[in-house]
Amino acid sequence: MTTDMLGKRVKRVEDQRLITGKGRYVDDIKLQSMAHCAILRSPYAHASIRSIDTSAAKAMPGVLDVMVGADIPYNPLPMAWPAGGSAGLKNNVNSPRALATDSVKWTGEGVAAVVAETPEQALDAVEAIAVDWEPLPTVVDAEKATQPGAPQLHENAPSNIVFEWSVGDRDGTAAAIDGAEVVVRQRLVNQRLIPNPMETRGDIGWYNPGTDEYTIWMSSQTPHIQRLLLAAFVMGVPEHKIRCISPDVGGAFGTKIFTYADYPIVLLASKRLGGRPVKWIEGRRESYQATIHGRDHITYLEIAGKRDGEITGLRVKTYANLGGRLSTIGPGIPTTLYARVLSGCYRIPHVFAEVVGVYTNTVFVDAYRGAGRPEATYVVERAMDLFAAEIGMDPAEIRRRNFIAPDKFPYENPSGLGTASGGAKIYIDSGNYEPALDKALAMAGYADRAAAKGEARTRGKYLGVGLSSYIEVCGVAPSKWIGAVGEGWGAAMWESANIKVHLTGKVVVTMGTQPQGQGHETTYAQIVGHELGIPMEDIVVQHSDTQGTPFGYGSYGSRTSSVGSTAAIKAAGKIREKARRYAAHMLEASVDDIEVDGAEYRVKGSPDKKKTFQEIAFALDLAFDAPEGMEPYLDETAYHDTPNCTWPFGTHVAIVEIDEATGKVDLVKYVAVDDVGNKINPMIVDGQLHGGIVQGVGQALWEGAVYGDDGQLLSGSMLDYALPRASWLPNLELDETVTPSPVNPIGVKGVGEAGAIASTAAVANAVNDALKPFGIRHLDMPLTPQTVWKAMQAAKGAQA
Amino acid sequence: MAEHVSLVVNGVPREVDVEPRRLLVQLLREDLDLTGTHIACDTSQCGACTVTLDGKSVKSCTVLAVQADGANVTTIEGMATADGLHPLQAAFWENHGLQCGFCTPGMIMSAADLLARTTDPTDDEIRHAIAGNFCRCTGYQNIVTAIRAAATTVRAGAAG
Ligand code: FES
Ligand code: FES
Repeated sequence: MTTDMLGKRVKRVEDQRLITGKGRYVDDIKLQSMAHCAILRSPYAHASIRSIDTSAAKAMPGVLDVMVGADIPYNPLPMAWPAGGSAGLKNNVNSPRALATDSVKWTGEGVAAVVAETPEQALDAVEAIAVDWEPLPTVVDAEKATQPGAPQLHENAPSNIVFEWSVGDRDGTAAAIDGAEVVVRQRLVNQRLIPNPMETRGDIGWYNPGTDEYTIWMSSQTPHIQRLLLAAFVMGVPEHKIRCISPDVGGAFGTKIFTYADYPIVLLASKRLGGRPVKWIEGRRESYQATIHGRDHITYLEIAGKRDGEITGLRVKTYANLGGRLSTIGPGIPTTLYARVLSGCYRIPHVFAEVVGVYTNTVFVDAYRGAGRPEATYVVERAMDLFAAEIGMDPAEIRRRNFIAPDKFPYENPSGLGTASGGAKIYIDSGNYEPALDKALAMAGYADRAAAKGEARTRGKYLGVGLSSYIEVCGVAPSKWIGAVGEGWGAAMWESANIKVHLTGKVVVTMGTQPQGQGHETTYAQIVGHELGIPMEDIVVQHSDTQGTPFGYGSYGSRTSSVGSTAAIKAAGKIREKARRYAAHMLEASVDDIEVDGAEYRVKGSPDKKKTFQEIAFALDLAFDAPEGMEPYLDETAYHDTPNCTWPFGTHVAIVEIDEATGKVDLVKYVAVDDVGNKINPMIVDGQLHGGIVQGVGQALWEGAVYGDDGQLLSGSMLDYALPRASWLPNLELDETVTPSPVNPIGVKGVGEAGAIASTAAVANAVNDALKPFGIRHLDMPLTPQTVWKAMQAAKGAQA
Repeated sequence: MAEHVSLVVNGVPREVDVEPRRLLVQLLREDLDLTGTHIACDTSQCGACTVTLDGKSVKSCTVLAVQADGANVTTIEGMATADGLHPLQAAFWENHGLQCGFCTPGMIMSAADLLARTTDPTDDEIRHAIAGNFCRCTGYQNIVTAIRAAATTVRAGAAG
């Protein structure tokens, strides 16, 4: 048993149950008299609903209830983050209803729900529902949807535009571009992705008629927010009459932040059945059609600068596809979280971004791992490479030349959050970018790349090397910014922790955050154990249930290690202070004379006069001898609102080989040097980086959600959507630099998204580098063998 | 119309009446409450449902329950013994071979099939052996490390 566990590779406490098959995900929960729900989803991407006939379904064996949109008295799902936030910019909002009433806007929008004794009976009955559809014309491409003559999805959104938003210095950037020595322009497609957590979504709704209370077990990243939104905006039920529980969550990557239609459906279904619990589990193909997708930008990029490599201006126009209706924070992603960090780790004096949010006949797009920041990194990192190629400069040198220098922090970028933050300045607080670049180049053997390319040619391969230097804004905060006139969303951003020390000295930590595989039960125990000088074995960390945990905003945006951990440290500090005061009472000394060393509280200068933390807890929990004015028990809650976001950074290098005959791209080496500040558990940090990097590699090389022009999802199953497999990947080589974040007491930054933010651009740059001998300047992702082979053939034809 | 299935699961004889369309994974999860075996797709791609059937790994969503009549099935719940965790379970824990844990039971069962064939696999062989199992969290790296470590343990056990 050790208390010296902060910063150590401690094995995870949650693993015992997960490696023995004793995890408890939503679908593993069986409740007495539970019924099962299945949802009829639209086969058309755009259609009016003339009528729905449920009579045959109702007569099917085992069917208990069939609901259509008109049966659901609730409001549409909330949209909490319009572009421009509270700044008054007009957003043409169309939100989904629990079930569509008049029309559907994408294949997979829900139109009816069946509840039956078994899941199979529910699915059978869904097939028996007859809908009289009137199909309408469709558009799936965001840029085309804004053109004259495109099919219109919503009356209140002319040209299918949700918003037209811009940020930065329009005139200054125009002048910089107009007067520049060199301007490079490129259209970039950041393709649509399907996030694919291995556990699909699912929930169990239970209405208790005895108490008039609702309970929902949900695979969610945000149980407290869901309770709030369901109560206040959707169902009109008092907040204290709803309880949300997230049991083990099998991955999420953003998809499980949001309010989905099935939440009110299962709760209402249970009520209509007089209180039988109702379970709905999303099938994988259903998930592809009904849970959010990510990315999907078309961007026109212009980058301007001098022949010596100094970048003077960056301008983009981006069409962001937001789907047929808006998901919970859809508009916030391509605006605040994208355009405001567009200049990345570079000192670019003039930046201007225009973003058009667009409705199309596709499922809604919202935050997927990185959320806006991978898209931004892709733009600026492709831009740096294109510019370097244009002036004949080494990609590493152009990055080095334009990095924000280490003495320039805190740094406020020209499209930055600082300009949107009202009273609270959001600036890049720390960074030192060159050491990470140098280390990554050395690890990758960058200096020898010409020889490596030559060697590869002897094997019929084209070798390419790609760099990606990135920054990430994460640990989002402070609430003052969120609430300021600017770009906030409808929630604050603090976090909470409660610590109770029981009479036996065992400690229960309850948190407002919500893990989905990140190992919070381990990392919080490491922190609290360190703070109180007690072994991890004496601590249990609880979360995920609105009953019994303090309100918290949940886990996403790489915020838990920075914001949540600080709340835990503060709560532990309060516990320690109270224990100290009581120790003084027990030892008949003044509080100022009590010094704390781990779990030992002793009187300065009299080392024999001491009490252990456990003795103090025992005595204080009994309170037989508590001093006047001191409450019994060690039980403290802390709320932490962080003064700034955190800013991880790093450089990744990818080396690929392209087979000349087939166009197949092999990722042969991958080097990542990340600066995520101090680490609570380096083993978990490495794991987060591995997973993130591979998701980003997947985007560069294989993944893509493809809709046909008729709005049918062609990549509609795991058979058609190419997820990375173990056999397609090399071992990743990780290293670090450490620049502690100044915004929290342990100097951590957050690491959940960094890998995915950096890796896509590194791999795409490598492939484009490998294709230079063909005169190919840029290929859009995914860089599949087909795409690459076709481009090589076309180039050869042109050269011949 | 129910069909009768007799099989041995994790060493215990079981008798179950099932609908003809019932899949082995549903029999395990719904009829026997062995929920450690997961379902992550509907096209036999993900491998989350992998179990061993008469010693060979199968995706239990591609096996009808009636096809398992007379078979000997091992699931993740049957891997640990009274002596403790299976070397694969211990190695996944030690090497952070899991994050959300949803793919983990299937991964471990696929790896068990590999280790039954060879106790000295190369990284390449490991990566190919689990190519039919998706993991979205780990990027596979620590899973490969864990399987390599488990192989070492198994070899040491056989030698000692
Ligand atoms: S559930 Fe995906 S392969 Fe069986
Ligand atoms: S650990 Fe989450 S899918 Fe593998």
